[in-house]
Amino acid sequence: MNLEFNVKNNKLIVYMRGELDHHSAEEVRNKIDDRLDREGLNKLIMDFSGVSFMDSSGIGVVIGRYKKLNARNGSVCIVGAINSVKRVFELSGMFKIIGLYDSIPEAVENI
Amino acid sequence: MYDNSMKIEFISKSQNESFARVAVASFASQLDPTVEELADVKTAVSEAVTNSIIHGYENKEGVVKIEAFIKEKELTLIVEDQGVGIENIELARQPLYTSRPDLERSGMGFTVMETFMDYLKIESEKNKGTRLTMKKVFNSLS
Repeated sequence: MNLEFNVKNNKLIVYMRGELDHHSAEEVRNKIDDRLDREGLNKLIMDFSGVSFMDSSGIGVVIGRYKKLNARNGSVCIVGAINSVKRVFELSGMFKIIGLYDSIPEAVENI
Repeated sequence: MYDNSMKIEFISKSQNESFARVAVASFASQLDPTVEELADVKTAVSEAVTNSIIHGYENKEGVVKIEAFIKEKELTLIVEDQGVGIENIELARQPLYTSRPDLERSGMGFTVMETFMDYLKIESEKNKGTRLTMKKVFNSLS
């Protein structure tokens, strides 16, 4: 899994590319948490448009970041998940608490 | 009895999760699945194999076995490990239940398998292992 970071309006944007499963989840989690902690940010935008495959490990990663940032009065949202990825997220009912946006500018504005 | 079948065995390393789902997807592709159907199968395989690695073998080394059978439009998958087994299958099947909350798991593995496949049977015996049987009919073939 390839990750690229960018900060906009004090919000951390992570562009994810590749397959998110149990194997890659740990690296993704560690890299994102490290970046959030180092830059002292509490808002996270996760761009899933480059994620070609995801199993339920991805739900764990997103909910885990949500819990972490919620404790810091922050928030998490998701941008651009392809259909098969969206269907896995939907099973968890996660979108009741975590926003899903079509574009990064839209997410930056709303989160 | 079956039109085609295959069997693979691999060590319970997380690197093999992607190998397992790609191998099964590749085998299933002879049924002319839609992109969505193939994603369903890959996701279910990924969940099953991850369960064997994390829960069955508790990240110690073991062997995961997958058998796949094709009969007309139906794919049958058997995913088997000789790990610790599932103590309470009913509890394990419940959405959001996880025996390892420390691992940041979502507890959605069996729910994903049930939703994305047409049939799921779980057989497990303590300290003997777990055997999952899943089936899916591919409707794309006309």
